[in-house]
Amino acid sequence: MTAILKARNLTKIYSLGGLFSRTKITAVDRVSFSVQPAEIFTLAGESGCGKTTTARMILGFEYPTAGELLYENQNLVELRDKKAWFKKVQAVFQNPFETFNPLRKVEDYFFETIQNFRLDKSMKKAEELIEEKLQAVGLSLCDIAGKYPGELSGGQLQRASIARSLLTNPSLLIADEPVSMVDASLRMSVVNLFRKMSDSFRVSVIYITHDLATAYYISDRIAIMFRGNIVEIGPVDQVLENPKHPYTKLLIESIPQPDPQIPEKVPIKILEEKEEYLRKGCKFSGRCPEVQNICKQQIPEDISLNGTVVKCHLYQK
Amino acid sequence: MNGLIEVEQLQTFYVLEYLGKKKTIKAVNDVTLSIPENVIYGIAGESGCGKTTLLKALFASIEPPLQLFGGKVSYLIKNNFIDALSLNGKEKRELRWSYISYIPQGSMSVFNPVKKLKVTYLDFLESHVRGKAGRELLSLARQHLEQLGLSPQVLDAFPHQLSGGMRQRIAIALSALLKPQVILADEPTTALDVVAQRAVLQLMRDIQQEIKNTIVLVTHDMGIHANITTCMAIMYAGKIVEVGPTQEIFSNPLHPYTKFLIHSLPRIGDKMPKKSVPGAPPSLLNPPSGCPFHPRCPEISDFCQDKVPDLNNSTQNHKVACWLRRESCDCNS
Amino acid sequence: MGVLKDLFKDYRFAVGFILICFLSFLAVASFFSPYDPIEWLQVPRDKAPSWSIILGTNSKGQDVFWEATFAIRNSLIIALIAGLISRVIAVLVGFIAGYKGSIYDRVLMGITDGLLVIPLFLILVLVAMLLREALTLVSTGLLLAFFGWAWDARTIRSQVLSLREREFTLTSVLSGNGTLSLVSKEYLPLTIPLIFSTLINNIAWAIGMEIVLAILGLVSLDIPTLGTTLQWAINYQAMLLGHWWWILTPVILTILLLVALYWFSISVSEYLDPRMRIQRIGAK
Repeated sequence: MTAILKARNLTKIYSLGGLFSRTKITAVDRVSFSVQPAEIFTLAGESGCGKTTTARMILGFEYPTAGELLYENQNLVELRDKKAWFKKVQAVFQNPFETFNPLRKVEDYFFETIQNFRLDKSMKKAEELIEEKLQAVGLSLCDIAGKYPGELSGGQLQRASIARSLLTNPSLLIADEPVSMVDASLRMSVVNLFRKMSDSFRVSVIYITHDLATAYYISDRIAIMFRGNIVEIGPVDQVLENPKHPYTKLLIESIPQPDPQIPEKVPIKILEEKEEYLRKGCKFSGRCPEVQNICKQQIPEDISLNGTVVKCHLYQK
Repeated sequence: MNGLIEVEQLQTFYVLEYLGKKKTIKAVNDVTLSIPENVIYGIAGESGCGKTTLLKALFASIEPPLQLFGGKVSYLIKNNFIDALSLNGKEKRELRWSYISYIPQGSMSVFNPVKKLKVTYLDFLESHVRGKAGRELLSLARQHLEQLGLSPQVLDAFPHQLSGGMRQRIAIALSALLKPQVILADEPTTALDVVAQRAVLQLMRDIQQEIKNTIVLVTHDMGIHANITTCMAIMYAGKIVEVGPTQEIFSNPLHPYTKFLIHSLPRIGDKMPKKSVPGAPPSLLNPPSGCPFHPRCPEISDFCQDKVPDLNNSTQNHKVACWLRRESCDCNS
Repeated sequence: MGVLKDLFKDYRFAVGFILICFLSFLAVASFFSPYDPIEWLQVPRDKAPSWSIILGTNSKGQDVFWEATFAIRNSLIIALIAGLISRVIAVLVGFIAGYKGSIYDRVLMGITDGLLVIPLFLILVLVAMLLREALTLVSTGLLLAFFGWAWDARTIRSQVLSLREREFTLTSVLSGNGTLSLVSKEYLPLTIPLIFSTLINNIAWAIGMEIVLAILGLVSLDIPTLGTTLQWAINYQAMLLGHWWWILTPVILTILLLVALYWFSISVSEYLDPRMRIQRIGAK
């Protein structure tokens, strides 16, 4: 199967500071991954690890400093026609209450999408298309007709946002923390929708989150990001049930399991962000429980271990 | 009457009036709770269920548009029960920070961005501790931070130089500075990733073990409740629907809402399909009649629509507000 | 009509609205004036107010009341031209500079800042001196409009800069909207209170500026405006001679007009404030 999206050594460097003291922060550091058709691919990691920056580069809102981003073997950076790109790629964001302008009706966005992308000629056909997509997410036009965002719940708004993004029949959907602001009682219904997208509608989803439990629940493959690097990438069962990189192990351990029987965890050390970004060698060496001397000097390479790729000196043969 | 904080039939509503239109939001609608000492007490529930308002009432901070419509909140101070809501400004100030302190939501933004952290700390200390010089107070603060495992040098930094998780922990340390009997924490870990969250929870556990006080922790994340709370209460639409020891609630959830909340949580290693609660969250402006959960409840019976169930004992400590869980109920379930 | 009813509950709107209606009525009344506004000696001079001549007459031999109606009308025309045209420029510049950023922002803000640092007063005096006789109502209005948009363009731009970071901007971009349609559909409803309050401020500023120019004798003194009537009154020592009706009329009318505009602007801005509008949605 040919991948629909390929990132090769994708890099984004930000220069911060004024005229006299500029520091460079490598937000995304030589990231490589591929997304297959109709699969759910998760980019997971702490806040500040570079996952949102990667998403913005894919959508075209930022330009990579180095590296390649290929969509069906076409280099995205050279793409001039942003509008044609948005027909194939759409996005869903974190805050359902900010996704739509609070002073505009939600349905206006639907009709605008149809008009701008010339999806349908007549009003009647447009309404049918909208109804079809809304039904797919469990809503209907009468649920949202004439309503402003303030009159709908977070779950409904997020579903409407997904429905709107499906109007152009995209082949790739980027979901940036789509359920972190949705109530716990409504969360699973939205999460289940993403699975439906890839299973029934053959849409690939790049699911960005720091919630590994929902990632485990719906994704096919997962990449764990830390301070701009992908430290582990592979099929989700392997990576989350059998983690190799010490950081992945730390993340999985830190998830508060909803089960009071599990014993208390060992206390951990936290380092401040800037220190870790500018570190020589492996960025995790400051707090890695299995750190060796070589970790502080040399950046580890990507090592392949039956299906999973790990960036760690521990697995060097 | 044996808890540290007793809440009796508390009703606090928000009254909003604009250009002649009046809206009453029933945020805390007849809540009765007894919060014991030396525990971490959790209050669970989703956004909009009234838990932040309940915390505000516990902190005796009922200011317009929030108004008291009934009920009492009493603190047990030196073997006397004091009605917290009838205290005047001066008495409240004396109680705050030394007896009861409050960590608001989004604490990482609580510090003045143009002043070093030590200035904020000094500010708090000077207004609550009499008779000590600034330098002495600061060294007290630094000692306190060291005890909690935080680096005392952070006091010399500006807020923007630290990460969100670090600021949150400093804010929590600040609230525990005068060793209060009660700490009220409102969503202390939202907007933090799992690793920072773990550090924050660790800190709270350390504080509680050292001072042996009560921490009331409000959050919608059931995972956090499972991890550090000893007993908890589930809130829905301004009412308490289930109360009990955390272990029991997780192993034997009684209320249909609690059951949904616990079973819908995904876990690693578990690929079983999960369902969420049907319907939409209730409006506090027009709460449903009778049991507030009845429009979404799969086990609804005739009673549920008309009468509000009150909290009844199922076992000794575990109480639930549901018509279907009555032991002496003669309705068929 | 429900909107007007809601607004009237605010006393500031009620008073401001009524005052503005009253003053506009006076301005319209000028069309029915039995006297020519420019001719001198149409009535006996310096007569105090009486029942037949409500506001007395001035030293030029004109009826103060009917002159005042022309004064209000002309001042309002100048101010409206200045305000409306400068709004259009400020909105266009502010929106495009704020949303597009990069080179558009730099060029437009360069021009804006250039206009901001020019000592306004000196330039106005210079231009007015050069054009003195040719300064008609419309050209005064245009002159004031040219200098009145810069500050507000910056204000609008800063609002747009923050709106650009909100998520609905991204949704709109993903819905295929281009710059102009995005900016007008998404940002305009949210910036209307800002635009409206700057409009009223601008009108008030224009009225004041016109009076200043008139006092300095830089406009054509034949055309009656609030400024020129005041200028004539001062010139003829109305205060010293005790002709209070002549000097007080433009002063009181100006005060009433500015207070009315201010209250009107505040109450309508509050009503249009997006936070208030959002609260009203669903409060049926």
